[in-house]
Amino acid sequence: MSARKPYIRPMTGWWRRDPFFVEYMVHEGTAFFVLAYALELLAGVLCLASGESTWNAYRAFSGSAVMLLINFAILLMMFYHGYTWFKIMPRTLPPIIISGQRLNAPIITIAGIVVAVLASSLLLAVIYFLARGV
Amino acid sequence: MKVNLKRTNEPIFWLLFGAGGMLSALVGAMLVFITCFAVPLGILPAEAFSYASMHGFTQYFMGKAFLFAIIVLFLWHAVHRIFHSLHDVGIHAGPLARWLCYGLAFMGTVATAGALLAMV
Repeated sequence: MSARKPYIRPMTGWWRRDPFFVEYMVHEGTAFFVLAYALELLAGVLCLASGESTWNAYRAFSGSAVMLLINFAILLMMFYHGYTWFKIMPRTLPPIIISGQRLNAPIITIAGIVVAVLASSLLLAVIYFLARGV
Repeated sequence: MKVNLKRTNEPIFWLLFGAGGMLSALVGAMLVFITCFAVPLGILPAEAFSYASMHGFTQYFMGKAFLFAIIVLFLWHAVHRIFHSLHDVGIHAGPLARWLCYGLAFMGTVATAGALLAMV
């Protein structure tokens, strides 16, 4: 009698098998960039609290070529995070029923992106006018 | 029959994850643009991020609340997502991983609050 040798489906690199899984892993990976940006801001707040010279050192550091490149990668991944967040939103929200019809997915996604564009524009406008002292 | 009535604390972490995810989806990219690229590109004057103006910003309650919400919610969003993705890359997400992920966010929360409250 031979020993039973059940087939176990190998799971290493499972997400490389399908473009859908690759996309899933990339949008989960945006979390590292959100984390990096949060830590960058936290470092800024800590430097600000410790005085003017530390704050100026922080600003010089974040203006360096390497940090601009890293921040550009963070910027792109933030965009991608926002896009996928609203793309997935129809599946993460409870069903929204309007006059007996379930609100369809593209409408939720587009509404989310429109709100993001409006909120971002408003933020830029507020900071712009604050900085210009209007 | 024994019924497990122990409450789970998952909704709290999920709520922080959701709030951070929504906030970063709404204004995350614009925030990075403003804080990192607006001055080099000449959209904002360099004085916008001078010590005097940034320190002044933290003197307002709204300024403090804004910075606190951004940093803390982004942190909790990211660690929750990373923790739950460990399984996908074949790492068993046990108590150690939980402590490391949520511990980082917790320490970040305390540090942010401490620094903001120190600036009176």
